[in-house]
Amino acid sequence: MTGTNAKKGRFAAALKEAAMAALLAAVLASFLLGVRTIPAEGGLSFYYRPMWFAVAVAGVFFGRLFLRLIWWRGDRTTPKLYDKFTSSLGGITEGWGKYLGPVVIIGAFLLPFVASRYVIDTSILILTYILLGWGLNVVVGLAGLLDLGYVAFYAVGAYAYALLGTHFGLSFWVVLPLAGILAATWGMILGFPVLRLRGDYLAIVTLAFGEIIRIILLNWYKVTNGPDGISGIPRPTFFGLQFKRFGEHTFHQFFGIPYSPMHRLIFMFYIILLLALLTSYVTNRLRRLPVGRAWEAMREDEIACRALGINTTNTKLTAFAIGAFFGGLGGSFFATRQGFISPESFTFIESAIILAIVVLGGMGSQIGVAIAAIVMIGGFEVFREAAQYRMLIFGLLMVVIMVWKPRGLVSGRMPTIFLGKERKSVSGDLVKEGEG
Amino acid sequence: MEYFLQQLINGLTLGSIYGLIAIGYTMVYGIIGMINFAHGDIFMVGAFVSLIVFLILLSIGVTFIPLALLIVLVVAMVVTSAYGWTVERLAYRPLRSSFRLAPLITAIGMSIFLENYVQVVQGARVKTLQPVITGGYTIMEGNGFTVQLSNIQIIIMILTVALMGIFSWIIAKTPLGRAQRACEQDRLMAGLLGVNVDRTISLTFVIGAALAAVAGLMFLLYYGVIDFYIGFVAGIKAFTAAVLGGIGSLPGAMLGGLIIGLIETFWSAYFTIEYKDVAAFSMLAIVLIFMPSGLLGKPEVEKV
Repeated sequence: MTGTNAKKGRFAAALKEAAMAALLAAVLASFLLGVRTIPAEGGLSFYYRPMWFAVAVAGVFFGRLFLRLIWWRGDRTTPKLYDKFTSSLGGITEGWGKYLGPVVIIGAFLLPFVASRYVIDTSILILTYILLGWGLNVVVGLAGLLDLGYVAFYAVGAYAYALLGTHFGLSFWVVLPLAGILAATWGMILGFPVLRLRGDYLAIVTLAFGEIIRIILLNWYKVTNGPDGISGIPRPTFFGLQFKRFGEHTFHQFFGIPYSPMHRLIFMFYIILLLALLTSYVTNRLRRLPVGRAWEAMREDEIACRALGINTTNTKLTAFAIGAFFGGLGGSFFATRQGFISPESFTFIESAIILAIVVLGGMGSQIGVAIAAIVMIGGFEVFREAAQYRMLIFGLLMVVIMVWKPRGLVSGRMPTIFLGKERKSVSGDLVKEGEG
Repeated sequence: MEYFLQQLINGLTLGSIYGLIAIGYTMVYGIIGMINFAHGDIFMVGAFVSLIVFLILLSIGVTFIPLALLIVLVVAMVVTSAYGWTVERLAYRPLRSSFRLAPLITAIGMSIFLENYVQVVQGARVKTLQPVITGGYTIMEGNGFTVQLSNIQIIIMILTVALMGIFSWIIAKTPLGRAQRACEQDRLMAGLLGVNVDRTISLTFVIGAALAAVAGLMFLLYYGVIDFYIGFVAGIKAFTAAVLGGIGSLPGAMLGGLIIGLIETFWSAYFTIEYKDVAAFSMLAIVLIFMPSGLLGKPEVEKV
């Protein structure tokens, strides 16, 4: 008997809670959802939209009821299987996971032979974001500095190639390292004054710098051509061979094969794949150097770091510069792939997307970042039709995943230094994040 | 001289709006030490709700403007407060014991969500409202330039001063204000002594959102043009104001708001209007680098 009573009590409580939630939803939805403003002659006009309002309130009511009665039943938390999966991803060098990395890389190299044009195009986009994610990962994931203006370095790289390529005719391969160095220099110039700041202040200042660079690009007509952007950016060449249908020194003539527009696409794919792998390789190497260890130590506890005699300003600066360097590489590639750039491509939302990839993938985990980039950018592509809604969902997902798994999807953390032979990955939940 | 005086008036009006938004940042930062990145978008929601309520009132025949504006003010404050409360409840409270940057990231997510939510439900095009409050006074005339003090500017400044007074009183004298200051100093201890910490924090967000709604209404009446994106830039500037005044300090937020408003206005008037945002953002960087505790703030001591 008591059982049914308890059940009844639970149901009543859930009903009450759902009603409260629905009431709140009614207040929230009342004017923004229930009324739609439309431009009309001499100002604005509007019409009522009761259906939207009703759907929103009912959705919240039943959603809450469902969560209360079914989803949050007992003390069930996240599924066990998922944890197992992610911890194996975190400790990727253990057991079968050892082979996963090479298999994925070989798979990526073979992809252009089997995939369609659309898939390759999307893969190039995803790889660009993986590159940027890995670059930002140095700053956010390893050094623990929240950078909200990463897109500024991406912009510097892109404009560096666009300007040098169109005005001076420099080739992509010459500009690529230059763009990286230029971005890294900017990273140091911007970073130097602000790196004494604490975590969240740093975040806001980097955001401000990102916006400043965008506004300058937008208004400096003489150099950047303002909002009209720069077009006709030269494409990269394969050891001097161009990917054109006609003309001298073309790729298909040299190899004696019929012309296909796919060649250039595949070439682009390999460029970005190699750039991404380079980023990953360099980062992994750096992690084992003193500077990389200092990054991670600083992330965990900045004060302890200083007490141990690590120059935190220099450490932060290197992280900033190296992150910016990869951002610059990504930017150059972006410019040459698009053939056209304008300040519109370098808004804050771009920074937020890259940051979301790093954070949701699990800060510091390269596999996690790659997975997050595939899921997120792939998801954007799938929902290309619903362009309006995808940013809405993106914002919501950022909140939901963060609340559900504050350490990101792949939260296991592999220590770079360890005692004895045993090498275990540390679950992210056990690691206290530094304040920096 | 006349031109200068006119810009001074314009700057003070703009500064009042920034100041009201800045209070929301400063209170939240004071109590839980996080940057409520979505606060600028709460301000934007406030502006939209004001607009819609006003349109509805006009259509049902409430044409007596003072009454209509009073209703708009109250309704917008209530609805926007509900948004502020919900954002805190959904995005920040679950992460209160998490690492420091976690709520900042959900705040960015919330900001993106709110912007796109308003874009989806109200459309991306700018909304224009005919001037509601017209008229004003001519203060000075000379050199072929008249200095105008419009009624809307007077209302904005008076309302701002009044709200400042009310909220300073709340913080200083009421039990809520006491609880808030207690939480600011030591949340755990305040909790142990019987302060309902969660409720106090929620109320802080509610107050911040209510003030942002007022700022939204003022922005709407003053400029007559809003879109879903106004919250982003206004939010950063208001945050700059909060930092400039000394984060955690209520009068500081107001002072910072006025200074930022003046800087922006004078920059647009005497230099280039395109770079007015650069001026405000550079100000943020300069303040944070050279005086991170702001004008009226207490220097923060790093505890180990």
